[in-house]
Amino acid sequence: MDISIHDGHLVDPANGVNQVIDIHISENRIKTIGARHHDFKPERVIDAKGHYIFPGIVDLCARLREPGEEHKATILSETCAAASAGITSLVCPPDTLPVIETPGMVHMIRDRASAAGFSDIYPLGALTARLKGKRLTDMATLQDAGCVGVSNALEPVENSLLMRRAMQYASTYDIPVFLASWDPWLQGNGVVHEGFISTRLGLPAIPEAAETVGVARDIALVETSGASAHIYLVSCARSVSRLREARQCNLPITGSVAVHNLLCTESDIGEFNTFFKVIPPLRTIQDQEGLIQGLANGDISAICSDHQPHSLDSKLAPFSEAATGIAGLDTLLTLAWSLVKNNRLNVETVIAALTVNPAQIVGLECGNLAVGRPADLLVFDDKMNWTLDDTTMMSKGRNSPWFGHELAGKVVLTIKDGKIVWEI
Amino acid sequence: MRADLPVQFDQNGKLRHFLTIQGLSEDTLTGILDIAHSFIDFGKREIKKIPLMRGKTMVNLFFEPSTRTRTTFEIAAKRLSADVVNMNATRMSTTKGETILDTVKTIEAMHTDMFVVRDRASGAAQLIASHLPDHVRVINAGDGRHEHPTQAMLDVFTIRQHKQDFSGLRIAVVGDILHSRVARSQIHALNILGTREIRVIGPRTLIPTAIETMGVSYVNNMRDGLEDIDVIIMLRIQRERMDGQLIPSEQEYFARYGLTERTLNFAKPDAMVMHPGPINRGLEISSSVADGSRSVILEQVTNGIAVRMSIMAHLMGGQEKSKWT
Repeated sequence: MDISIHDGHLVDPANGVNQVIDIHISENRIKTIGARHHDFKPERVIDAKGHYIFPGIVDLCARLREPGEEHKATILSETCAAASAGITSLVCPPDTLPVIETPGMVHMIRDRASAAGFSDIYPLGALTARLKGKRLTDMATLQDAGCVGVSNALEPVENSLLMRRAMQYASTYDIPVFLASWDPWLQGNGVVHEGFISTRLGLPAIPEAAETVGVARDIALVETSGASAHIYLVSCARSVSRLREARQCNLPITGSVAVHNLLCTESDIGEFNTFFKVIPPLRTIQDQEGLIQGLANGDISAICSDHQPHSLDSKLAPFSEAATGIAGLDTLLTLAWSLVKNNRLNVETVIAALTVNPAQIVGLECGNLAVGRPADLLVFDDKMNWTLDDTTMMSKGRNSPWFGHELAGKVVLTIKDGKIVWEI
Repeated sequence: MRADLPVQFDQNGKLRHFLTIQGLSEDTLTGILDIAHSFIDFGKREIKKIPLMRGKTMVNLFFEPSTRTRTTFEIAAKRLSADVVNMNATRMSTTKGETILDTVKTIEAMHTDMFVVRDRASGAAQLIASHLPDHVRVINAGDGRHEHPTQAMLDVFTIRQHKQDFSGLRIAVVGDILHSRVARSQIHALNILGTREIRVIGPRTLIPTAIETMGVSYVNNMRDGLEDIDVIIMLRIQRERMDGQLIPSEQEYFARYGLTERTLNFAKPDAMVMHPGPINRGLEISSSVADGSRSVILEQVTNGIAVRMSIMAHLMGGQEKSKWT
């Protein structure tokens, strides 16, 4: 379908655009920006006056629960939720049941996504067999099947020699390695940051060193293996410093952060609020500040949702036993936008961290609205107030600390491959 | 992000449950202590009952084994004329079997009025309290490493019997603070009552990293830690912690942090010795000190009944003395 979008405020950091301008889409690509060709006859004209237009969001870390935990969510439910939140590409870690370590699994997930017709899914293959950290997977085969990288998800690879070999092997085929870098021994059975909240509530704690030790090891291994690595879910200011040093040495390492680690701190847990139970944990105000600074100066490239849908029941348990994670697709852009609204970050930084930067990390051509690029974009009404509730939350998960809260800014239209996949 | 009123208060700010000492006012604590004081002679009467909880059903719901605490709650409730049901429940981990909330709701459906809950998980009492109907009361009898507020109340009650004013007191808490729910509640209570100084003493492996944020100072040895101290609170060292990961050996621990005639001399001559029990003789405290003249360990147990009666009376709305005297 040929579509014209008029008078929207386009923010396209990849091309340095930040102005009110028209966009014209033909087939599944951007045809022109600005004045349209006299012979272009759009079948649909969208008035985006007073609204923003951003490239479609690329979320580097989202769990869809299919296969294996369809009672929590499905590819259909979660790609639909993603589309409604302007997320047009999802990278999913391999910790499904069974894990993503065969070409058949990769095909199945991608086929389900294209049958659903909302957002694309780019699976990560397992780095080690069954994520056990003992044996390498057939990474090259997984890459051929369509994996955009390999990862051990949240499972630690304790054996540093095996990790080094996994990186070396991946680097042979230029497969990006996605790492949740933390030391399993220091992580222990911790459920909150080691600080005043863990002290007061008597909860098992995760020290900062669990992450800084893990990040330092993995950076050292990247240096000796030649792999290109992405450290996702960074939560400490000191990890950001390590990433900065690595960047200054021109190591092929990028980092990303979950949006809730940018907005919340350990204090939000208050009296055992299990909705704020996440791994890595919410940390201190200084860490929050360090992460925001890291985005501002480019040490952290991307913001992800770390979407983990659960049933409500799984959060109704004592803190240590409650499920971990937030269902975050629906609120990703709205929450990230609050950083712009509160003058913590500029609009280009936030939008780049949600679009072009993650797209480059996984080697996608989306996240960029230059002429000829895929027509993945969204229209955002930054003034619309809405409440996250059963009628508005599209994810099947209900585990959001913002459930029941009024939020500012909503995606009113999403276009994926030139097709309107969401519209209010 | 949220400014919810803590679970243990009702909408008018009145104490509804007794879950944590944190956030309670000095008046609330003093009120509980005053009424407990009037209950003290009660145990010596011929008829040891008052009808404050007559017709009410109290459930002792212990997901962790306990004899002492459960028994004192049972006696306290019976002296207030409540009907008492003891449940030594077991529960399965996370996803298997009945959830803790299902268990509690099932019992509540039998129209019970008060739960006394102990569980291995920090926050269990809060969780239960926030999912029961408004008229049901919950008392935390120990949740994981979080709090054991009634124990702290009987401890400060015992201190007050001997020392009166907290503003002049220096108090030391010795041992495994990291895993101790008793210590956390004690520290809150002592701070709220205006204690001049609170010190924690022990090896770094047994002290939470941010302990200073609770308003105490840390000392690594008994000689400095007990100097000028009026009250010494010894904590129980769980034998299962003695696996060489947190403490190298019993010998080294007892030599450094055990309370003996020798180390007791570092404190003031009239310093009193407390312990929430059960004690490990020769691991954290020597028999001569535990059974000595400065020890109030058995008084603590006796006071536990009056203090728990007072807390129950508070929650049942019976804090006006006129109702039952």
